[in-house]
Amino acid sequence: MTKEFLSGNEAFAYGVKLSRPHVISAYPITPQTTVVEKLATLVEKGELKADFIHVESEHSALSAAIGASAVGARTFTATSSQGLLYMAECLPYAAGGRFPIVMMNANRSTALPWNIYGDQRDSLTLLDSGWIQAYAKDAQEALDLALMSFYIAEDKRVATPVMVNLDGFTLTHTYEAVEVPSDDEAEGFLPDYETDNKLSLEEPKNMAFTAGPDTNTEFKYKEHLGVLAARDVISECEGRFEEYFGRKYTGLVEQYRTEDAEYIVITLGTLYKSVCECVDKLRDRNRKVGCLRLRYLRPFPKTELIEALKGVKAVGVLEKDISFGNEGTVYTNVCSALQQSSFNQPCSNYIAGLGGRDVPLSDIEEIFEDLEREQNGVHFVGLEE
Amino acid sequence: MIRDVNEKAFTTLKNIPFAPAYKHTLVSVNSGFRTEKPVCNRDKCNGCFLCYLYCPDGVISKDGESISINYDYCKGCGICQKICRKDAIHMEKER
Repeated sequence: MTKEFLSGNEAFAYGVKLSRPHVISAYPITPQTTVVEKLATLVEKGELKADFIHVESEHSALSAAIGASAVGARTFTATSSQGLLYMAECLPYAAGGRFPIVMMNANRSTALPWNIYGDQRDSLTLLDSGWIQAYAKDAQEALDLALMSFYIAEDKRVATPVMVNLDGFTLTHTYEAVEVPSDDEAEGFLPDYETDNKLSLEEPKNMAFTAGPDTNTEFKYKEHLGVLAARDVISECEGRFEEYFGRKYTGLVEQYRTEDAEYIVITLGTLYKSVCECVDKLRDRNRKVGCLRLRYLRPFPKTELIEALKGVKAVGVLEKDISFGNEGTVYTNVCSALQQSSFNQPCSNYIAGLGGRDVPLSDIEEIFEDLEREQNGVHFVGLEE
Repeated sequence: MIRDVNEKAFTTLKNIPFAPAYKHTLVSVNSGFRTEKPVCNRDKCNGCFLCYLYCPDGVISKDGESISINYDYCKGCGICQKICRKDAIHMEKER
């Protein structure tokens, strides 16, 4: 193990390197570029023995990854924003084919207006594509999620691709000290990928075939069970990860000072750290507040949420996303989970950080104040009349 | 209904594979709309296998010195009959 000063993208690239992928196929797009640049350099130097496929588009990037995965290769790709939307057609292909590809997505705004900065509209648009979705809060977690994602995706009970999301620029391009495991340590943690779901000369088979109305539901149901199975596998994987590397992760959600909290803000990714700082500040003034981060959106942490929000007076969902004509997508998911419990308190939605707009502590403080006024509904933070 | 090449039917959650991939060809018998079928005269056939190369459905296979046609999947397009240099294949009306 060494300690390095790395950006989120570089940390993720090291995580991928330690996972020993056979094939990497990717097309560059801001703010994802530096993760594949780093991997291309590692392949060029011979430090990573993988085939790096230069493709002409994101659609081809994931298509090539699917092809490689279909012959039993461990496969990685990365993209962002419009690139993710361009490869959208292939996402359910990878999920339905049960190919455990790992993808890093640098969360970035979607056009129009054109914008290269971070929000989560890209990945949340594809929440229903059948992929497991994780959101990292810092560079260390980015590296760790890269390693853990291959473990989770490749587990036979899961056999589902994983998309790991890093907030564009606020995480992908900011630097911090990161513990990088050695090759040997990583090899012990992550076994080689073994599967029967592959083309081989020894056992020829027909892959990616049609399933009509008579069997389609059964295939989709099995796909659904695969994503749900990730709940247990994530927990097992994190236990194993702690044994090997000593860092502890907390499953589908992470909580900060929520034990006796009356007001909780739920959020994703790097915003968690800002909200935690605000929680500390407000706790100094004896306000009972806390923060909860959704580490995974698929599988959705329904039971964890219901448990964590027992006895809370009001909940706010802070997200960098809007589903036009309705509300934030994370809010929809949270409300649906709460609807299935006895939770009967106000739950409001705060849309912030669109197109990379800063979310200062003062805004988060206002959100907590707003919660005490028991407001329901959707609020756009920092919107000037 | 989906069947494999051994006519085993896949109908329940238990026997349907977890991914759309299986060691046999999982396809439905698909030839009900055929109006004519190609029939090979083995005496005329010289086994050049041009029909095998041209068949868009891959239903022609080698059978000794001649060919056999899988009528479960043949769509009756007649390309094999047109391409045959020996006039060994003729189309017969389906009844």
